[in-house]
Amino acid sequence: MTTTTRPRRCGSSKASEAVGERRYEPRGFPRQVLDSGQSLLVIFAGVLLIASVAQTAAAGPRDVRDAIAFGALIAFGELLRLSLPGDRESAPIATAGALAYAMLIQVGNHPARHTAQQVIAVTAIGMIVGALPHLAVGRPARLSGMAARLLAVACAAGVFRPLASNPEIGRHWWLALPVMASLVALAWLVEAVIEALIRTDALRARFGVALVDEMRVQLPLGTAVGASALLIAFAAEVMGLAAVAMFTAPLLVTQVAYRRYAGIRATYLQTVRALARVTEIGGYVETGHSARVSRLAVSIGRELGMAEPELLELEYAALMHDIGQLSLRDPIPGGATVLVVRDEQRRIAEYGAEVIQQAKVLDSVAEIVRRQSDPYRPGAGSTAANGGRGRGRGNEPPLSSRIIRAANAFDDLVGTSVEPSRAAAAVERLRLDTAGEYDPQVVDALGRLVSRRSVLGP
Amino acid sequence: MVLGIRQAPVHVTGWLRGGSLGRLSLVARVYVGAVAAAGLAFVVRGPLGGIAWLEVAVLGLLVVVCESTATRLRSRHLSWSPNSAAILAAIVLTGPVGAAVVGGCAVFGVRRGTSATKQVFNGGMMALTGYLPGEVFLLLGGEVGTPGQSSFPELIGPFAGAALAHVIVNYSLLCGVLWLTGEPGSAGQQARALLDPRVALTELGYCAFGLLIAALWSVLGPFTPVLVLVPLFVARWAVAQFAAQQRAYEATVSALCQAVETKDFYTRGHSERVSRGSVMIAHEIGMRGERVEAIRYAGMLHDVGKLGVPTQVLQKTGKLTDDEFAAIQLHPMRGLDIVREIGFLDEALAGIMHHHERIDGRGYPMGLTGDEIPEFARVLAVADAFDSMTSTRSYRGARPVPEAIAELRRWSGTQFDPAFVDAFVAAIERDGWTGPDTAAPQSAGAAAAHDHDDPTAPLRIIESL
Repeated sequence: MTTTTRPRRCGSSKASEAVGERRYEPRGFPRQVLDSGQSLLVIFAGVLLIASVAQTAAAGPRDVRDAIAFGALIAFGELLRLSLPGDRESAPIATAGALAYAMLIQVGNHPARHTAQQVIAVTAIGMIVGALPHLAVGRPARLSGMAARLLAVACAAGVFRPLASNPEIGRHWWLALPVMASLVALAWLVEAVIEALIRTDALRARFGVALVDEMRVQLPLGTAVGASALLIAFAAEVMGLAAVAMFTAPLLVTQVAYRRYAGIRATYLQTVRALARVTEIGGYVETGHSARVSRLAVSIGRELGMAEPELLELEYAALMHDIGQLSLRDPIPGGATVLVVRDEQRRIAEYGAEVIQQAKVLDSVAEIVRRQSDPYRPGAGSTAANGGRGRGRGNEPPLSSRIIRAANAFDDLVGTSVEPSRAAAAVERLRLDTAGEYDPQVVDALGRLVSRRSVLGP
Repeated sequence: MVLGIRQAPVHVTGWLRGGSLGRLSLVARVYVGAVAAAGLAFVVRGPLGGIAWLEVAVLGLLVVVCESTATRLRSRHLSWSPNSAAILAAIVLTGPVGAAVVGGCAVFGVRRGTSATKQVFNGGMMALTGYLPGEVFLLLGGEVGTPGQSSFPELIGPFAGAALAHVIVNYSLLCGVLWLTGEPGSAGQQARALLDPRVALTELGYCAFGLLIAALWSVLGPFTPVLVLVPLFVARWAVAQFAAQQRAYEATVSALCQAVETKDFYTRGHSERVSRGSVMIAHEIGMRGERVEAIRYAGMLHDVGKLGVPTQVLQKTGKLTDDEFAAIQLHPMRGLDIVREIGFLDEALAGIMHHHERIDGRGYPMGLTGDEIPEFARVLAVADAFDSMTSTRSYRGARPVPEAIAELRRWSGTQFDPAFVDAFVAAIERDGWTGPDTAAPQSAGAAAAHDHDDPTAPLRIIESL
């Protein structure tokens, strides 16, 4: 069957076939690559874990039944990890369980006397037990994410455990509630900061942007987790350990709803990625062109400090930037739009935007695609090309359009070549046109990416 | 969460939204009236003494808030709002009558587009979903009042019974009103939407919140619902986001498919209609909800690979050479090449790949026979051929539906699976079929000379393979 599937494509060469092999790898977010920053984090968490276990063992664990119940809940939650948009992972039930354990005041009739070290030890052991099945089926362990969650819980426990024995806290809910709520918020913030640092490190994003992205993605679920943690901590007082079982059901509902949402988001992106390839199958563009342009455009966008929602729109637009070529009777040789006349480029962009606009939900993506053929400064450079549209100086195309324009031109010039000198030459050629055609800021960012070699190569 | 009617079934939107009782059938009016009256009667009958009114007021407010922000279910006939929790908490804290009052507060929910009839029905229904499970709670030995440390875990059993009764009362009353107000054909569909296990699971999950509200009342007092609301609203937010994403997804896939079709005037809208036809068959044979979704997309995407066939081959007049025929035979595989990356059901992929197989084994690309052909592919084949026959082609006009049905029947058993032909014919005879606009194209220049989907005009090649 595989022998019959090899499609014949226009302009396909050995080089493009070779690239085809690695075209399908998940883009943009390197998985499970522990670099120095992440290993430092994991080592720190490991040391914390060992110290906590040692101290707990030395002092003797307290309220073993509670510890086992909460440890089991944490392991269960870790088992049911949740994928969030942008290749994130979270374990809402585990986090809520750990935070609740950190903030227990009383379980049924007896006061909760466990120490912060015991909270850390129970949480860490629960997480490790829950992660084992993931490892067994070959999924990544995601140590850095686990470390971030452990540190967040450790912060809350470190502050609250000494307070828990204070009789005033136990007596008045109006005193305990604000303290606990702010600790939950603190834990959430700590996790967001750590995750943002990891992403800044791994993706070369800007920290400020990464932090805002992280907080935006984590806010809804984080709020639910925090509220659930408070609920179970209070409920344990009346219901004892039954609260642990009872409370799992409602947060499970939240998780089921969230999982479906995250699932369809991922399918959406996959679908656009896949369908963007119709232009390749139809022989309009070179194999892998849309994927390469989108990957490059997202890298440039991140280099320029774009936030995640904008990056997503940029990715969609870059994937579909050539969809307008479907309106052409005959494919452009090699699909290189940089080689055809301006009016033709504009017509393709216009048609592509029309197609995307039909979807009614991607209007800003359509606008990006429409403006990709516009030069950076319509006034400068070739004046005849302005086409009398009256787009003046103050009306330059959106940043995303400018990025796609440059990324597209770069890919048309470099293609599947992995020669660094060829890439550098292409950047130089684009730089010559920064007076009118390409945004100098975008070309500079592209130049930085090329010099770091993060554009070429597998 | 209590299910309530918000939006009338699509085809009867007018009269329910208009809110005029005059056009409801007499039985439906009596039913709605009886539900509302029963709800009211249980509240009035009391006993109203000894009810914890603070709890009732707080929980009633919660119901009004939930009701005013209810999310519409995907089926568009139903909505759900997380107020089961409030009603069940009211059963524990205030007893059956208090719970009926709390549920009855649904009448005051403020929402656009909901008629007075529906408000009244929802109010009456929710009062009943408070009162009757409340009696079940008492029957199972549940104790009314703010639970203390000694109430657990003894309270859990009666509470679970009440939750179950709550779901059952809610579902049966709702099924009744849908059955009485909907058209016969859609009743089954609505019942399926209601009985979706995910909906039921979600609902029981929300019921559990009720016990948490009741349990925490002794610790946090009236502040409890505020804390409990947070996870509820996050879940609701996620559900709303899911629905929005799904609509966006559908629209995007359909827009991209249309872009692919623009190359050939005659096949415009073909994917959309094949998708619709396949879903009709899927419903008719009682396919599960998820699989129906998958076949919907499979229908939309089934011909994407045709883009890989050179235009001059698709539009060629006269007989094809071996090579050209091979190029056409490859299109299901090319389609598979494109959509393979999409993480939806493998079944849909198999359907796209094999939609040109024939029961007698003379199809392509693999020449599978009978049951070897995946079910999705056999469904798609029927809808695909039918739409091709009822559409205008450059070499013939559109055939009328009865003629196309006769043609399907003729090839049933050789080209098509008889079971799916029968299902499709039954669905068309009941619901009708909307074909494409039959207007002739402006320019006949780019017209295809044959249609690879058309069973009555099969592709002819110069030499046999």
